[in-house]
Amino acid sequence: MLKMLILRIIQSIPVLVIVGAVVFSIAVALPGDPSLIILGENAPEVERQRIRLELGLDRPVLVQFGDWMFKAVQGDIGKSYKTGEPVVSVLAARIPVTLQLAFLSMLFAVVVGVPLGMIAAIKRNSWVDAVVSVLSVSALAMPFFWVGILLIMLFTLKLRLLPPFGYVPFSEDPVQNLRFMIMPVLTLGSAYVALVARQTRAAMVQVLSSDYIRTARAKGASELRVVTVHGFRNALVAIVTVIGLQFAGMMGGAVVTETVFQLPGLGRMITNAIFDRDYGLMQGGVLVVVLGVIIVNLLTDMAYWLLDPRIQR
Amino acid sequence: MSVISSKAVTLGKAEPKRRQNRLLMTLRGVFSHRLGMIGGTVIVFLVICALLASVIAPYSPFTINYTAILKPPSLEYWFGTDELGRDILSRILYGSQASLQVMAMSIAGALVIGSAVGLVAGYLGGWVDEVIMRVVDGLLSFPAIVLALAIVAALGPSLTNAIIAIAVVNVPDFARLVRGQVVAIRRYEYVQAAKAIGMSPARLMWRHVWPSVRGSVIIYSTLKAAQAIITESALSFLGLGVQPPWPTWGSMLSTAMRYGDSWWMSVFPGLAIFLTVLALNLLGDALRDVLDATTN
Repeated sequence: MLKMLILRIIQSIPVLVIVGAVVFSIAVALPGDPSLIILGENAPEVERQRIRLELGLDRPVLVQFGDWMFKAVQGDIGKSYKTGEPVVSVLAARIPVTLQLAFLSMLFAVVVGVPLGMIAAIKRNSWVDAVVSVLSVSALAMPFFWVGILLIMLFTLKLRLLPPFGYVPFSEDPVQNLRFMIMPVLTLGSAYVALVARQTRAAMVQVLSSDYIRTARAKGASELRVVTVHGFRNALVAIVTVIGLQFAGMMGGAVVTETVFQLPGLGRMITNAIFDRDYGLMQGGVLVVVLGVIIVNLLTDMAYWLLDPRIQR
Repeated sequence: MSVISSKAVTLGKAEPKRRQNRLLMTLRGVFSHRLGMIGGTVIVFLVICALLASVIAPYSPFTINYTAILKPPSLEYWFGTDELGRDILSRILYGSQASLQVMAMSIAGALVIGSAVGLVAGYLGGWVDEVIMRVVDGLLSFPAIVLALAIVAALGPSLTNAIIAIAVVNVPDFARLVRGQVVAIRRYEYVQAAKAIGMSPARLMWRHVWPSVRGSVIIYSTLKAAQAIITESALSFLGLGVQPPWPTWGSMLSTAMRYGDSWWMSVFPGLAIFLTVLALNLLGDALRDVLDATTN
């Protein structure tokens, strides 16, 4: 187990270097001279020269990249061009918001999607199955921002139940925090409900037709026990796969969802940084998002080993 | 040696007819597939609308009309008007041009480049494969919209740059798909045989490897096209796609957010995206069913 984990971590090192190279080269390719962005359009040449030296922009690009990677590994990913704050401390304030959004959306997707998929699998080819599949096909075709706008129109403007935009940290006011989170979670979660339901159905249909399920039924286990204990446990690997693989997509969805609901998370920070030309901040934000995706992929692999003893060997 | 190569030539001559039959079979399959047929019809309808937008649109999508601001749907304005009195139906029709153009060109680009990269990596193997696939893994760790945003930020927002960004985002997906299949096919006897008679790698890939991969690439591009529509509209929604005054579905929704009481402003452009994506997904699923059936 530990050996596998270490091996997987070593395998992801080249991927991390490539991710770093991509993020770094995007910042190099960005238009505009950083010294002008930091100091403003009318900055004197002497000052601009000082900033360029401070940022090390006079050095060859490869040296700059090596230096940037070396610092990044130590947790120093530069300063915000606009405020001068270290990027790491800006990120520290933003990450919890996005994590909460992603976690609650996943939770929503599993709590709603798994039962839907199981019912569809048990009542295969019935009207329930048809309704679930129509719903999931439709949910997958709706862009996040459209779902968000429709929810605001329904819950805020029509029913006047929920506040439209804003955010309060959970630690300050849990109830208000969750009220602000309901619509973003429904927005981001809807597509994942569909994905999880679809995957659960497919996995359960396959599992329920296998020999050991027939054996379990033959020895007189109750249908509930057959489905939940014998069936679901074995369908779990497939369900975990879809959750793990979709995490990158979910981070992308968070960018759009946070913009619609004005949540101060990572995604909104990245889009704002692009408009502010605060490339230092953008670089850091993108790096953290991708790092998160790589870590979740690792955790997904770990979950396989825990769930399926056959993979352990 | 000469016997084998003359046989290869005759086989080669028979190829066009067989290919035609396969295409015919695929088309026939899609026609008899009810959902695929619906999806295909919607796509054809959309393409016609986009091409004929200037003829069928009832109004100009740009003309500001202060006497008809935020009008709800009526016989005069089927889908209502926006905050500047512009006809929403006309703007949706013109907006389809940008969406479909970005979709078609970015997916075509990603398909060609990604497949070529995948063929080379899968066929050559060794360190070339190793290096290419690590880069692909790295790029796949980026959420599509985040990478597209970063690329558009670097190049500047425009139609062309949206195409480039969405193409780049999709290249690694195609590369990985094709590479996986090539690795499996490479070991087959007919590929080994072609190699043994001294066929050049380029010709071998084109004549013997690509035809077996083609089917799954077509299915995949339909599904990827659906995602490209969503990514394009997300870029325009965030203000980094095609620039105003040119209408796009995404930018129309972004304006609509400020006019929540005028429901028609957000419902109709959203429906346009929804139906396009739904149709492409249905068509992709149908193609998968049909092509899987013909290959098995």
